[in-house]
Amino acid sequence: MVTAEQVWAALDEIADPEIPVISLVDLGVIRSVDVHDGHVRVEFTPTFLGCPALEAMKTAMEEKVAGLGAEPEVRVISDDSWSTDRITPAGREKLRTAGFAPPAPREASAPQLVQLQSKAFRCPYCGSTETKLENIFGPTPCRSLRYCESCRQPFEQFKTI
Amino acid sequence: MNELLLGLADDELIIGWRDSEWTGIAPMLEEDVAFSSIAQNEIGHARAVYELLTDDADALALDREPAEYRCAPLVELRLLDWAHAIARRWLYEQADEIRISALREDDDARIAGLAAKINREEAYHRMHAEMWHERLRDELRFRDAVAELWPYALGVLPPAQRGELASRTGLAEVGAVERGTHTDDLAQLWDEMTMVRRSQPAGTQW
Repeated sequence: MVTAEQVWAALDEIADPEIPVISLVDLGVIRSVDVHDGHVRVEFTPTFLGCPALEAMKTAMEEKVAGLGAEPEVRVISDDSWSTDRITPAGREKLRTAGFAPPAPREASAPQLVQLQSKAFRCPYCGSTETKLENIFGPTPCRSLRYCESCRQPFEQFKTI
Repeated sequence: MNELLLGLADDELIIGWRDSEWTGIAPMLEEDVAFSSIAQNEIGHARAVYELLTDDADALALDREPAEYRCAPLVELRLLDWAHAIARRWLYEQADEIRISALREDDDARIAGLAAKINREEAYHRMHAEMWHERLRDELRFRDAVAELWPYALGVLPPAQRGELASRTGLAEVGAVERGTHTDDLAQLWDEMTMVRRSQPAGTQW
């Protein structure tokens, strides 16, 4: 009989479809795993509601659970319970190594433009905080574009949600 | 069906569609990226709200006749110049924040939870709109566009929330272009938006 630990381990093998250096478990989008008599219920929270990878993630989870010989049920929970704070420390490190600056911590209120324009964001290549906002938006909903004025490298910043 | 939520979802779908029309032709590359990303978010919000109302979001989004949509006329308008496009984004985000804030207090936890999620994403749209408003606010073309679209912006909100929109934008409340009426622009948009859906053979899987 499949155990919750086996399910978590299997889900940890699924790479984020758009940022494949981290797994869905690293990303913190799996809220819970419940195992009952070979039936596995996974509760999953989308990062951004318009994320085009949503269906791909859901299908990948169903296939992984089915691969363990269990019956999958993946529920998408569209509420505020996922935040970029849920990205694991290991996940943040993997992002940084791949050239994505990890997100700043979430605050009680939604982020403001003045924060994004501040020098608080660190370049993932050289570590300098002499970076500026180039575009609030980037190649996927979860990323902004910044530019490092120290090493002159553009980089992507994970948005705080 | 909850008319308020259906109106919200239709607004997000249609403005997402209109925003996506700048993909590839915005006046600068950064704005190509921004409008495309905003459009994607808005359509994602529409889907999530439709899913509160029905098991088949695609059917609700795409299988109605134009007259059955509950979107506000503001989002339907086909706006071909940048001053108008930015004026609409700015006005729409101001109005949207007011209603989303109200929904965060909803007694239904699913509605309140989704509104909180949407609000965190919309914060980035508000920043974008604010940035452009700051840049263009003293330009005559932009001010004219805001004045022209203002009665439409009021129509996004129910009458009780319009005073707040007026005080936020610093504009005097006037007669609104009300939800429930449609502009001719919607029919053209609908034709394009539903074309693939209408032409697919029954049972097609994507």
